[in-house]
Amino acid sequence: MNAEHPGLSVAGDELGALGLHVQDRLADISLTLHPGEITAICGPNGAGKSTLLSCLAGLLQPDGGHVALCGQPLRSLSPHARARVLGYLPQSPEVAWDVSVEVLVSLGRLPWRGAPAGEAQAAIDEAIAAMDLEHFRHRPVSRLSGGERARALMARVLATRPGWLLADEPLANLDLAHAAALVHRFREQARAGRGVVLVLHDLAMAMNHADRVIVLGRGSLAADGPPETALDPQVIERVWGCPARWLGEPGARALSVGPVA
Amino acid sequence: MNRRVILILLAALALAVPLSLLAGRVWIDPFAPETRNASVILMQLRLPRAALALALGAGLGAAGAAMQGFLRNPLADPGLFGIAPGAALGAVLSFWTGYAASVFLLPVFALIGAAGAMALLALIAGREGGVALFTLAGLMISSLAGALMSLAISLSPTPFAMSEIVTWLMGTLADRSWREVWIATPFTLAGIGVLIAAGRSLDALTLGEAAARSLGVDPRRLQALMIAGIGLTVGAGVAVAGIIGFVGLVVPHLVRPLTDRRPSSLIVPSALAGALLLLVADCLCRILPLAGGELRLGIALSLLGAPFFLHLLLRMRRGLA
Repeated sequence: MNAEHPGLSVAGDELGALGLHVQDRLADISLTLHPGEITAICGPNGAGKSTLLSCLAGLLQPDGGHVALCGQPLRSLSPHARARVLGYLPQSPEVAWDVSVEVLVSLGRLPWRGAPAGEAQAAIDEAIAAMDLEHFRHRPVSRLSGGERARALMARVLATRPGWLLADEPLANLDLAHAAALVHRFREQARAGRGVVLVLHDLAMAMNHADRVIVLGRGSLAADGPPETALDPQVIERVWGCPARWLGEPGARALSVGPVA
Repeated sequence: MNRRVILILLAALALAVPLSLLAGRVWIDPFAPETRNASVILMQLRLPRAALALALGAGLGAAGAAMQGFLRNPLADPGLFGIAPGAALGAVLSFWTGYAASVFLLPVFALIGAAGAMALLALIAGREGGVALFTLAGLMISSLAGALMSLAISLSPTPFAMSEIVTWLMGTLADRSWREVWIATPFTLAGIGVLIAAGRSLDALTLGEAAARSLGVDPRRLQALMIAGIGLTVGAGVAVAGIIGFVGLVVPHLVRPLTDRRPSSLIVPSALAGALLLLVADCLCRILPLAGGELRLGIALSLLGAPFFLHLLLRMRRGLA
């Protein structure tokens, strides 16, 4: 349980930390993530953000290292057991068949084979409600707008009732309002005690909404900490190679980027 | 929604099977006092033929539905990916080596051919293989199997064997007996069972490969199930009836809008609709007046299927499919 929000809990097992330790030819990274907070993974193109997230989701096995959940190696879990705890949303997710929103969300129940039907329906309803999709329940996915589609795909992840939400650039292709709405929903999930890990391209989003920012540069940790320190202009200049300056108040920051020297 | 589709298809089958038994060169009128040799025609000719049409149609329909789900492509068909040609190559080799005399070896050869084609396909496209690579690999296997088949035919020991092979390749259900039914049905049913078992993994694949794996799908297990399921259904079909194309392409496409569009809810209705389509098509072949024999089922379905395929492509290009 999360100490900060003792009244809220996540269905399923008590949630522990998700730790990763990699030391090989390509990377030297060691980190421990905590439930109840939003962790943003940032970095320039090719820094290995998606690879890191795939490792955390258990989809990739680091060559020299391991990923552990509550101290237990991830690879010792069965694929279904892992899938019940770690919800993963890939970058630019596809939906091959034009199913309805409800059917799409119900795919999130696949790891729970054999669970009672009532529980499955409750989880699906809960996920649809959490993403505010009640109105679109029976609508085919092809007739959703980009923002609605992103919410439906997120609801699919929530329907599993995972302890962790791992999303690869969930805000890409969303307009301002939809991105803000989705971030707000991630915050709700973190408050409910889930661990939320997002790969974010938009540094201002990470600065304003994350509890912790991990900056990756070419396979190593360039910075790790609260956003104000991890996304310090000096760090940005060192990692991205361009001068930058934060404007505005904490919580409503904007990034001004200068030309590359 | 899916249960209703299954019930309607079952009702249609219950209606079509008795009717199909009455139709043919000799029409049997159940209310007329006596048709000559009616019981022989029914029990020895039409009933096994109907049973075979049901089994093979079901197998092809289910295989097509699963294949489309696996490749996430509504244009996928077991025939397009070299499985049927692979099975045919196996069968042709059994003719060539004289094993056709022993009828139980032909299906074994065809099954080995089908499994070989699927294994080769899996090997080329690999676990990370995209749809384009998979399709190209299938086309390559198709043409390879076709070339080897031509080679086997051109080298066939006797002109008799050659004509035997060529007529056999043009799929048909004519002159099939209970023996073929007993050979094909167990394999087909086992194949359909395997494909149904793969249903949940195919559903997960709707979200793409990475998301499917994050939902606990083991891609190697799924690929093995697909190879076994498609190999069994298609291999058994080719073994007893030659190549019957396009059922696997057309049927799932017709059935999909009637279901919730998940791959798993498509497999059983596609099997039933495939059985219905093959039964009706075979019946039409039987009663169509044609000089010098009857229209071959495989040819009839290709004649219908090719324009349908084109129509599908054009519709998809316009983004309506």
